[in-house]
Amino acid sequence: MTVQELPGAAAYRPTPPPAWKPLTDPAPLLPDPEPYRVLGTDAAADADPELLLRLYAELVRGRRYNTQATALTKQGRLAVYPSSTGQEACEIAAALVLEERDWLFPSYRDTLAAVARGLDPVEALTLLRGDRHTGYDPREHRIAPLCTPLATQLPHAVGLAHAARLKGDDVVALAMVGDGGTSEGDFHEALNFAAVWKAPVVFLVQNNGFAISVPLAKQTAAPSLAHKAVGYGMPGRLVDGNDAAAVHQVLSEAVERARSGGGPTLVEAITYRMDAHTNADDATRYRGDSEVEAWRAHDPVQLMERELTGRGLLGADGIEEARTAAERMAAGLRERMNADPVLDPMDLFTHVYAEQTTQLREQAARLRVELDAENEQHGTDDGGAGR
Amino acid sequence: MTTAAATAGERTAKAKPATMAQALGRALRDSMAQDPSVHVLGEDVGTLGGVFRITDGLAKEFGEDRCTDTPLAEAGILGAAVGMAMYGLRPVVEMQFDAFAYPAFEQLISHVAKMRNRTAGAMPLPITVRVPYGGGIGGVEHHSDSSEAYYMATPGLHVVTPATVDDAYGLLRASIASDDPVVFLEPKRLYWSKAAWSPHAPAPVEPIGRAVVRRPGRSATLITYGPSLPVCMEAAQAAVEEGWDLEVVDLRSLVPFDDETVAASVRRTGRAVVVHESTGFGGPGGEIAARITERCFHHLEAPVLRVAGFDIPYPPPMQERHHLPGVDRVLDAVARLQWEAEH
Repeated sequence: MTVQELPGAAAYRPTPPPAWKPLTDPAPLLPDPEPYRVLGTDAAADADPELLLRLYAELVRGRRYNTQATALTKQGRLAVYPSSTGQEACEIAAALVLEERDWLFPSYRDTLAAVARGLDPVEALTLLRGDRHTGYDPREHRIAPLCTPLATQLPHAVGLAHAARLKGDDVVALAMVGDGGTSEGDFHEALNFAAVWKAPVVFLVQNNGFAISVPLAKQTAAPSLAHKAVGYGMPGRLVDGNDAAAVHQVLSEAVERARSGGGPTLVEAITYRMDAHTNADDATRYRGDSEVEAWRAHDPVQLMERELTGRGLLGADGIEEARTAAERMAAGLRERMNADPVLDPMDLFTHVYAEQTTQLREQAARLRVELDAENEQHGTDDGGAGR
Repeated sequence: MTTAAATAGERTAKAKPATMAQALGRALRDSMAQDPSVHVLGEDVGTLGGVFRITDGLAKEFGEDRCTDTPLAEAGILGAAVGMAMYGLRPVVEMQFDAFAYPAFEQLISHVAKMRNRTAGAMPLPITVRVPYGGGIGGVEHHSDSSEAYYMATPGLHVVTPATVDDAYGLLRASIASDDPVVFLEPKRLYWSKAAWSPHAPAPVEPIGRAVVRRPGRSATLITYGPSLPVCMEAAQAAVEEGWDLEVVDLRSLVPFDDETVAASVRRTGRAVVVHESTGFGGPGGEIAARITERCFHHLEAPVLRVAGFDIPYPPPMQERHHLPGVDRVLDAVARLQWEAEH
């Protein structure tokens, strides 16, 4: 249909939307095209040797922790262990960039980050052993419970950081998530809230290539996961996730930015899960040996060791010292994990509500009767505990 | 509960709220004034005062940091509230409508309800989730769900629903003061209703978890809550002409459930009808009827009956009167109690 202009009437001219302008300039938010690296580059010369040596010791310990925990699954001491072998640089850096007052929000694969932050290795493993959901007091260690649902801990990190800022506390929250988790709605909502509230949060995506078996290309069509940041109005940063010095530096800058009121940052660390998703998974079904071998040549522990030995900062003695310390940790962990945890079935009812409801009291009484009958049958009188 | 005395004192000092909406607003205001850790957040709760105006004036009085307009994202709102509670605040979250709360279900079920348990008591979450629920206001689809059964099925949550102006105030204050998460269901068709007036003189706030007898009677018990209380009160009045002296129990709290008050009433009357808007199949009435049967079997002179909404998705507003249990449907059930008792 043709619109005919009436003779003498002013011609209709569509007007642009009133007063539109972009909210922010997207250019500074975009990640560099290449993941940031320190080890093996000129930037390594500026790195603090003490920090590098500390990162190295923690990497060696972290690798040993992963192999020990994996061995414990084979002995039936852990119900399951999602190994972070190959990703130790991310785990260690995440733990070490935080001050004591800061908070860590780990996912189920980030046990090692919690341990590197100082958590008792056994307390960190109770979820995976199956005796307690969370074996530590999150407030005491400023480590949120290991989160099994994907990305749901990210809004918690935002809320906590926001609350801390409202209270005038100088606290940063660092939240960890995998590449698969970035597809979840909670990832989106958390990043959006964080950016709108300018909350002091750092999001660390460990892009290890696979969400169980699904490769990144089937997970996202974005140029990179770090690019997602620009849509929320926060900077995105790409880093070599096997380069502990680089991850530490990028996260440090992000933490500093958050602490000084600059708001959140999304960091994507490019890394690789050397082991299967968990001990229950068969990785040969979805990836080939050559790919795994290429990443083996880019091992985070070896990268750091080569850098340090090449610059004369680390010798055979130093390597031996780090390995001995790691073995000591592993032996202690093995020994303590080989003791059966003491459980009280009556605890099932203790922490559902602040005050037990009538209904729960009745059910607790029912269980008490069952336990007493069991104990009578087995001739034990340990109150149902320690079986 | 220590808030009871203070609450009664505060209320005598101020004008009594006339509607449930005002009482809820007053409860939020008084809680925020008393405790600086109480924060209100949700979509439209700030400048607009909420689509139902429950939070009207809070942002002005307490600032936008304490009454915060959030991005439109229910999982984000509740998830952020979890983090805020982890850091020592007492968030009160507004879900704009019953069916809009569903995106936040994972946060509610996986985190809000479980955090105390997951951390062996180290990290309780004192979060109140306010959900306007139920039909009868002519809302289009997704604005009239009765979602209480979903919440009731989740251990770790308290589920509370007031039916009177006094309870709206008292129970909301108790919910905010609770160290456990509370899903606070607001019967939106009673927000401005005269029917929401308490039939009794103002009573002090009681702890969460106690039912109350709204009308004593001898021949049968109507067990109800929230939006169906006025229906039951009217039915009880109408039943007098039929020779029925009905007792009406207002549950007020679905979790914890007050077995004592309900069983005591049914043992007195020997007959019971559970009345609610939610669907009958898999609805709260089945649980309540089962509990009554288990406790009062030898006192019952008829099966426990349920009067519920039909087992259909909530209907379009021009049809909702056919779905919602009204006085006649309640009276029919009461008549069936007689028939069942005789045959």
